[in-house]
Amino acid sequence: MKSVCTIARRELAGYFATPLAYVFIIVYLFLTGIFTFYVGNFFERGEADLVPFFDFHPWLYLFLIPAIAMRLWAEERKSGTIELLLTLPVPLWAAIAGKFIAAWAFTAIALALTFPMWITVNYLGEPDNGVILAGYIGSLLMAGAYLAIGSCLSAATRNQVVAFVLTVVVCFLFTVSGAPMVLDAFSGWAPQAIVDTVASFSFLTHFNGIVAGVIEAKDIVFFASLILAALAANAIVIDMKKAS
Amino acid sequence: MLDEPAVRNARVGAVEDAAAPMIEIVDLVKRFGPFTAVDGVSFAVGRGEVLGFLGPNGAGKSTTMKMAAGFLSPTRGRIAIAGHDVENDAIAAKRALGYLPEGAPAYGDMTPRSFLEFLGRVRGLERAALAGRLAQVVDEIQLAAVLDQPIETLSKGFKRRVGLAGAILHDPPCLILDEPTDGLDPNQKHEVRNLIRRMAPDKAIVVSTHILEEVEAVCSRAVIIDRGRVVADGKPADLVARSPFHNAVRLRLIATVADLGARLADVAGVTRVTTPEGGTPGRDFLVVPAQGASIIEGVAARLRQTGIAIETMAVEHGKLEDVFRDLTTSDAARTGARP
Repeated sequence: MKSVCTIARRELAGYFATPLAYVFIIVYLFLTGIFTFYVGNFFERGEADLVPFFDFHPWLYLFLIPAIAMRLWAEERKSGTIELLLTLPVPLWAAIAGKFIAAWAFTAIALALTFPMWITVNYLGEPDNGVILAGYIGSLLMAGAYLAIGSCLSAATRNQVVAFVLTVVVCFLFTVSGAPMVLDAFSGWAPQAIVDTVASFSFLTHFNGIVAGVIEAKDIVFFASLILAALAANAIVIDMKKAS
Repeated sequence: MLDEPAVRNARVGAVEDAAAPMIEIVDLVKRFGPFTAVDGVSFAVGRGEVLGFLGPNGAGKSTTMKMAAGFLSPTRGRIAIAGHDVENDAIAAKRALGYLPEGAPAYGDMTPRSFLEFLGRVRGLERAALAGRLAQVVDEIQLAAVLDQPIETLSKGFKRRVGLAGAILHDPPCLILDEPTDGLDPNQKHEVRNLIRRMAPDKAIVVSTHILEEVEAVCSRAVIIDRGRVVADGKPADLVARSPFHNAVRLRLIATVADLGARLADVAGVTRVTTPEGGTPGRDFLVVPAQGASIIEGVAARLRQTGIAIETMAVEHGKLEDVFRDLTTSDAARTGARP
């Protein structure tokens, strides 16, 4: 456990050692602002809640999270430091967990920096802060799921651009799997059970459930098990790809 | 260059601990699909031994070392580091090992100080012990000047030394160093060799290199591999003795003699007479014996008898390079080699 912390701390410090962290946070805050106030009609709606803010998170994460995740393992492989990391006396899962936790903590920092949004809405009206908290929890969980998928795919290649594109595509499929455009492709021929299964993988469905203020076990379990499954796959990919 | 006492100590140590090898590799095989990179390599290194691991590029040196360090899993075979099986008891084996991977990778955005502190913490060194070891290693490897500069801005030589510092930071009983002197200038090479010699008495060390003089300078034993197989294993001096030019006689005559070859042909042990590289035909000769036979007396006697005046005359010891080339390029030599 101590080694997980040490690895996570090194990783997190690594983000802030380069301009990447600052660029990411600025772009993230800038885009959340634009989406919330211009696209989401925050003021025109006349309601004191953060629904327009959270509504765009899945789409924002779709491009921003793969940008963080792409370097997780691809860079280690390219620079050869993976050989150093995996010959230290730590189990593979600890290395994976350490890197993942650092990336997740970084997105949590970026998410926390949107607090002026929360102050604004509390200044303008009397929102249900429980629902807003649920929204933040849901957003963080979803970011974790995107990150875990990205971490796994990043281990499959030493090229960060390939890792980025792969992650965007896979995350996109997870995001929209509940949307009619995907379900229609199945509903014509597949049994209802399969259509329901595909729909149940949708990030949007689970995320919207939480953002509505209803923290249900099934949504938490969905994101948590998806993160664990993706990280387990991450370990397998690393093992398979070590030699190349 | 050769520091005799250190090497002698190393050998004494090896004899004492010969029963308990610190790094043990048994019948190691690694296949990548249809390609066999390592094909039945076995060797053991005891405390006090410095094993030079040689072979042409692509012979399987790095693959073997990656398996010994627990990075790659072998297809077959067994590796034990300080008695711990690398596959089944990986964490204990990795704890006992210091490993410098090929190319000395390091996190470029870190400074040597933060990088070494990170390695120390992951390896479980306590704060005070870490500070002490860090100071010692920085001093030994002379990193003080660059300790707070990002690693990516350092020269190749410094990067290599940072990697080396990382490998020895926790003072492990076993060391595997993949080309530790690659990219260093001659002074730095000398320093690193001295460091290896200083550490040798109480560690088991494997050093891969393609600089053959290095093997003769620091190693108490050399293993040569070719196409994944061990083709030679012995003390550097014994390997040198297998050179076709071992005990050859180099001559420089005062006057040109055209038919020296014919005049020496029937001296006992002489197989052929050639002109050495860069020599003048007719004046410089290399008299090659049959398999290391001592021929200098016979040759000297014949030259006296025939009245040929000699300017210089010397016995060649042969070069490890000749043996290396012989063992790693010709199939005939390989079948003759002891596995």
